Amino acid sequence: MTDQTALFEYLLRLGDNTLVLGHRVSEWCGHAPVLEEDIALANTALDLIGQTQMWLGLAGEVEGAGRSADDLAMLRDVWDFRNLLLVEQPNGDFGQTLMRQCLFDVFHVELLTELTRASDGNIAAIAAKALKEVTYHLDRSSETVIGLGDGTEESHRRMQAALDLLWPYVGEMFTPDAVDDAMHAARIAPDLTALRSRFDIRINDILTEATLTKPDSNFAQSGGKTGFRHTEHLGHMLTQMQWLQRAYPGATW
Amino acid sequence: MYAQMVTSEATQDDPEKLAVFQARIDAGEKVEPKEWMPEGYRKTLIRQIGQHAHSEIVGQLPEGNWITRAPTLERKTILLAKVQDEAGHGLYLYCAAETLGVSRDELTEMLLDGRMKYSSIFNYPTLTWADMGAVGWLVDGAAIMNQVPLQRTSYGPYSRAMIRICKEESFHQRQGYHIMMKMAQGTPAQKKMAQDALNRFWYPSLMMFGPSDKDSVHSAQSMKWKIKMNTNDELRQKFVDQTVPQAEFLGLTVPDETLHWNDEKGGYDFAEPDWSEFFDVIKGNGPCNTERLAARNKAWDDGAWVREGLMAHAEKKRTAKLAAE
Repeated sequence: MTDQTALFEYLLRLGDNTLVLGHRVSEWCGHAPVLEEDIALANTALDLIGQTQMWLGLAGEVEGAGRSADDLAMLRDVWDFRNLLLVEQPNGDFGQTLMRQCLFDVFHVELLTELTRASDGNIAAIAAKALKEVTYHLDRSSETVIGLGDGTEESHRRMQAALDLLWPYVGEMFTPDAVDDAMHAARIAPDLTALRSRFDIRINDILTEATLTKPDSNFAQSGGKTGFRHTEHLGHMLTQMQWLQRAYPGATW
Repeated sequence: MYAQMVTSEATQDDPEKLAVFQARIDAGEKVEPKEWMPEGYRKTLIRQIGQHAHSEIVGQLPEGNWITRAPTLERKTILLAKVQDEAGHGLYLYCAAETLGVSRDELTEMLLDGRMKYSSIFNYPTLTWADMGAVGWLVDGAAIMNQVPLQRTSYGPYSRAMIRICKEESFHQRQGYHIMMKMAQGTPAQKKMAQDALNRFWYPSLMMFGPSDKDSVHSAQSMKWKIKMNTNDELRQKFVDQTVPQAEFLGLTVPDETLHWNDEKGGYDFAEPDWSEFFDVIKGNGPCNTERLAARNKAWDDGAWVREGLMAHAEKKRTAKLAAE
């Protein structure tokens, strides 16, 4: 794998994570449990889609084939997507959405913090901008997970169920492969093993305060960031997200 | 206009107090929450502001319908930001209503069980991407006609909410028109979508102003109190006069064969919408009434455990803090 190919793949991972999660969160618009949450969810989605424009824009430049961020978002099929399996999981109830957000946010904050020191100036600059937004996302998602975990019996039960459901998707974030190794060697991406220990410390604190029990098994599903095997959910999301671009090729909007 | 056919409440207050109150309104003073106000003024405002707030909230749904299908990342962010603004408008307005002695939860329950209404326009479906353009251009355009004068309304909190809302609404209208321009200048399919959207939204937009109220005693009372600033017909005329040239610029045809410029009055003559359709929609028989209310009820019911959970947690923290002191 050349460095350029690895860099393109890596940027797709960053951009597809924010694209797919931003899309998922945007599905809540108008349907949240309370008005303030509706506004906050829309804010999160807006930040993530804004980050997508930057990551996929840069990916297109690195690829050098003339593809824009929109081309990459709207005209690739499932197997070309490089997002983590975690972020394509359906919203479920509000608790499941916020648990997914919190697990991703802890990873995202740690990752972006490292990327602000990347040897590539563009990546460092995007990471610095995104980190400000994502720090707020984590404040909010962790507080909500804590509030609902340590709320009523029902809210506790639902949050524990969400954690149990999503935990198998945590491992993929920290399992390095050839792309991660190449990016680490190029002093762009961090060592994912070290990142995992920092994730564990943070997430343990949150889960303890939320009175939730971390599942015993560290079994990890995989296949999202390599694109080898996504879940069935992603295809349905793309069907909706890409529909206009696919149905009316070449139109400008 | 997000508040339609708000009938003014009768008031049986001391005539002397009423006269002093009216003199303040006539002098252009603002009425603030803790000051004396006639009971009818307070109740009418609750109904009007509440209906307006509900319209913002239900109004999230027809546009929210297209967020996940927006054609580009930029369009997606703009639409999401716009629908988020509407939630924000709902929030300001519920806060303004709370200053009159009614809680947000009480108002919400009245919306959900059908005791309070929201604007008829949000009971129409959004079927193509061009509808996102038409809603911004026509629906927000009609809303602005009413909301700009309401910035001068006599009730302070309502007036201040309107000032903030108007700033955002004019952005909404421009983004809608921008979508329409892209569509009208686009491929034949896009142009067809744009015309189809105008065909479907023209008359429902005219209905937003409500039926003629030139002889209504309720409207006269509201206008005297400066809760309502113009008659429905005045606003509708202004809307048509503004919108027809915009449609011409787009190369689209307003679906009204009788439409023509009247030199004498300095405005367009145009066909009235089908008011029986309007009354059907108000009664709950619009194309989407059932879905819209069901969506709001579902959000509220599904969210109950979240609200209860977060309240319970806050209570635990409060108790723990007290115990520590």
